[in-house]
Amino acid sequence: MQSPSTPELFVGEGASPAKIVVRELYKEFRTRNDTLVAIDRISLAIDQGAFFMIVGPSGCGKTTLLRILAGLDTPTSGEVRIAQEDPSKPGNSMVFQGDSIFPWMTVWDNAAYGLRMRNRPQHEIDEVVGHYLDRTGLTRFASAYPHQLSGGMKQRVSIARAFANDPEILLMDEPFSALDEQNRTLLQEELLRIWDETKKTVVFITHSVDEAVTLGDRIMVMTAQPGREKALIDVPFERPRHVLELRARPEYGELVYSIWSRLRDEVQQARLQDEAMGSK
Amino acid sequence: MKLPAPVGRKSVKARAAFSDAMRDRVIGLASPLLLLLLWEVAVRAGAVDARFFPPPSRILVTLVALVESGVLWANTWASLQRLFWGSLIGGVPALLLGVVMGIYRPIRAALEPLVAATYPVPKSAILPLILLIFGLGEASKIAMVAIGVFYPVLINAVAGVLQINRIYLDVGKNFGAGRWRVLSTIALPGALPLIMTGVKLGVGMGLILISIAEMIGAKSGLGYMIWNAWEILSVETMYVGLLVIAVLGYAFTLLLNELERWVIPWKADH
Repeated sequence: MQSPSTPELFVGEGASPAKIVVRELYKEFRTRNDTLVAIDRISLAIDQGAFFMIVGPSGCGKTTLLRILAGLDTPTSGEVRIAQEDPSKPGNSMVFQGDSIFPWMTVWDNAAYGLRMRNRPQHEIDEVVGHYLDRTGLTRFASAYPHQLSGGMKQRVSIARAFANDPEILLMDEPFSALDEQNRTLLQEELLRIWDETKKTVVFITHSVDEAVTLGDRIMVMTAQPGREKALIDVPFERPRHVLELRARPEYGELVYSIWSRLRDEVQQARLQDEAMGSK
Repeated sequence: MKLPAPVGRKSVKARAAFSDAMRDRVIGLASPLLLLLLWEVAVRAGAVDARFFPPPSRILVTLVALVESGVLWANTWASLQRLFWGSLIGGVPALLLGVVMGIYRPIRAALEPLVAATYPVPKSAILPLILLIFGLGEASKIAMVAIGVFYPVLINAVAGVLQINRIYLDVGKNFGAGRWRVLSTIALPGALPLIMTGVKLGVGMGLILISIAEMIGAKSGLGYMIWNAWEILSVETMYVGLLVIAVLGYAFTLLLNELERWVIPWKADH
């Protein structure tokens, strides 16, 4: 059996189109007098080039799952395999939740971080960073420091940093959850536009059903803690998508409603658990 | 010429604020001058003992004489050099060690008790030991400053690294930063604001310690000048020495604030 450590990278042989394979992933956290199961035997196969969404109530272990995919956390048991086509590319890059760009670096230096850490030649860094700053509308702010930027701008930097690193897969941990409605919609549109150019495999975590349906090809709904797979739903909408037009369609509303009705029990469950914890 | 009339309340308010600031500045300048004047008058009237409190006019005359003879400059320069080397020798290892202690828990666990146990020892109390080890020459003076600068920089560097948001370390790991890169691109810049606070405290401490160290077995420096003035009962020279140390302390504060602005360009409140 594969030792439960960082995700194993393997060179894809074309036999399976799956980019990411997760088998029987299990993660528990031990506290002094309690064992908390965060992820309970989740198995997944995510296709090359898919935009994969994970939706679940808060505390369902979805962030833990993403951190294991990123190699920032280790599973208790089970395995994660990410197909690597190009050994010179990094395995994954993450867009973190909240403020994660370095306050002491300019926008440019932040976006160039991954490439610098991989010692890429300067002309490549200039070209790639220039491209993604342009795509995220940050060119004018290249020499600004994060404290001069709004929350939406900071998340754009974080997105540019991840895309510029050109990883095998992109991981996104509720990147827009701290933004207001208008900014969130704008950033979703921009993300789709940039993603359409690269077609990278994305695993995106959100608690918003709307966001999941807007962005994803496939949605995994997770149960309340312990996190299990509750449902796997295909999103039938064609690409490229236009966020506002998509939301105006009746099928969109129907899909959101049907996912919500499945999620409702879990959210309820999570709330009861919270209350039980509170009364302990 | 006629001044344009203030329009609306806002400009009246702005004017009031401006004149308030002006008034504060005038008071700030006038109060020490007034005190000096009072001092002068009190001494001349015989109300204050001129042996302990020579009139400011006489201190000024001594200051001019000391500047002209080059004595003041020679002593100031000697102290400044010791301060510089001491700050460098104490500050740089403290900075590196502090950042490493902040990042690596086992190193912190090993060294923290040592720091906690030795920090409270008054630095002036170890002067005899330092003289024993380093002799009466330059080395002991520089060592005293180095010890004074070492602790505040070290303690603030550790605290500076520890207050860095964990997410930045995750970012470093996720983007493949190795150990050295984590230190140079995350720990060091992240801790820099607190490190600068440590440097400011350290230089202040260095100024205190150099004055003390130069009073014993030194042949130059501001501390020596003050001590020598006591021995030959030249009270005015003593006051000149104190004045120069005060001015140096103030100049260092301004200089370090400027340095801080330069090395921490991302701080929002400059």
